[in-house]
Amino acid sequence: MKVTLKVWRQKNRNSPGSFKTYESPELNENMSFLEMLDVVNEQLANRGEEPIAFDHDCREGICGTCSLVIDGKPHGPHKGIATCQTYMRSFKSGDEIVVEPFRAKAFPLVKDLVCDRKSFDRIQQAGGFITVRTGAAPDANSIPVPKPDSDLAMDAAQCIGCGACVAACKNASAMLFVSAKISHLGLMPQGQPERYKRAKAMVEQMDEEGFGACTVTGSCEAVCPKEISLDFIARMNRDYGVALLKGDPKAIKGGGAG
Amino acid sequence: MNIIERTWNSSLGKKYVMAVTGLALFIFLIGHLVGNLQVFGPPELINGYAHFLKSKPAMVWGARLGLLACVGLHILAAVTLAQLNAAARPQPYATKGAYGATKASQYMLPTGIVIASFIVYHLAHFTVLLPGINGVGDFSKLTATLHGEVVPDVYAMMVLGFQVPWVVLFYLIAQAMLFTHLGHGLSAMFQSLGLRDHVWWPRIQLFAKGASLALLVGYCVIPVAIFLRLVGSDYVERKKFDLKADAGKPVPALVAVQGKEAK
Repeated sequence: MKVTLKVWRQKNRNSPGSFKTYESPELNENMSFLEMLDVVNEQLANRGEEPIAFDHDCREGICGTCSLVIDGKPHGPHKGIATCQTYMRSFKSGDEIVVEPFRAKAFPLVKDLVCDRKSFDRIQQAGGFITVRTGAAPDANSIPVPKPDSDLAMDAAQCIGCGACVAACKNASAMLFVSAKISHLGLMPQGQPERYKRAKAMVEQMDEEGFGACTVTGSCEAVCPKEISLDFIARMNRDYGVALLKGDPKAIKGGGAG
Repeated sequence: MNIIERTWNSSLGKKYVMAVTGLALFIFLIGHLVGNLQVFGPPELINGYAHFLKSKPAMVWGARLGLLACVGLHILAAVTLAQLNAAARPQPYATKGAYGATKASQYMLPTGIVIASFIVYHLAHFTVLLPGINGVGDFSKLTATLHGEVVPDVYAMMVLGFQVPWVVLFYLIAQAMLFTHLGHGLSAMFQSLGLRDHVWWPRIQLFAKGASLALLVGYCVIPVAIFLRLVGSDYVERKKFDLKADAGKPVPALVAVQGKEAK
């Protein structure tokens, strides 16, 4: 099979970009979308042209590095999978496929199809952790966790932080990512001490990064390669509301263990 | 920072404001519909209701100011959020996005703008009684006698008002927009306030669809029934003589305005 690619090419953040059209060489229909790009790039390199830059790492749908908006949908036409698990058999020979980078102010473009998603790391650093003692691993099951809670926490923890939710949202909102991170810790007993502080800190960092707000369109949920549910956004809204009502803790004067 | 500032300066906080003010306006819509449906009773029913409201200025003005505050906050939060959202994606996609989103959820701002402009017209039409925009004449001249008292004839005003085709058309368009807006907004409200889980979400969506449909039917049946001369046309025919007698000759300027508006 052969396809026509309409790809966004941009030298760097400061130079203007545009779409360029490429004809692929003969492809195996069982190639992944990324392997197809590899083959196209090989052809470009052989011709002495600059290969198309794109993000990829594990290529088995667990690292969250691959991105790409393929024909208007992040991660390509299928539900519940990432770009690396999208195969060329999902397209027809002779198709024109439009490939764009994830677009958001908080995901500045680096080159071609590569964007900088460090804003997610900063949100995570703002509160996406629990405070535990280091040292030997604790005994398994020493803290009882109700099965429904652990199931739900695992659903949230599925988030691979790829940013497809932001890419799909008409407002470039990061609510689904942030809510998944807040929920997967907030549902577990180990995450309780910092539950509201975490919600507040991560939401504030999200706002600071310049992501949009939620209109509850459900686009994020529809494109998420891990099918994270909008329920988690509701959970985040609940926790953040409680955090707002609680306010910042007052500084303790004197005393304490410090 | 106090709690108001914290709420307003947060994207989530603004969504709480949208949800709470939206809820208040939804509750008003139910009350307003119940009040308006009295037009299907005898003229004395709705005229008496209007007279009762007028006789309690503190209650009426309290409600009006409260509603104005809700509308104002709802619009202000919507506009600032829309600006934030537009800024969050400086470069748009070349391909059609919004995968998996309903049309209603994507067009909340446009439908809201139509509804807001309708509210302005509706207030000028039936509350301020601005002559010249109703296509009939000066509604403030319509009076009826109720228990020996001279009161504004709200019944005749509604009947005369909704016998004008373009007015009815505008009302129906606005109601269709409201239906779309509420169909999404009523369920998104629960989401914004965090009142949802996987068990309640289908029920919430059913409630949103049902409630917005009920309001659509309720609000549309009034102008349509009047326009089809099913309600009050005989009453108004009798009344018309009174209006002309009271007002003298109808003002020619009004007729001219009416002609212009109709185009």
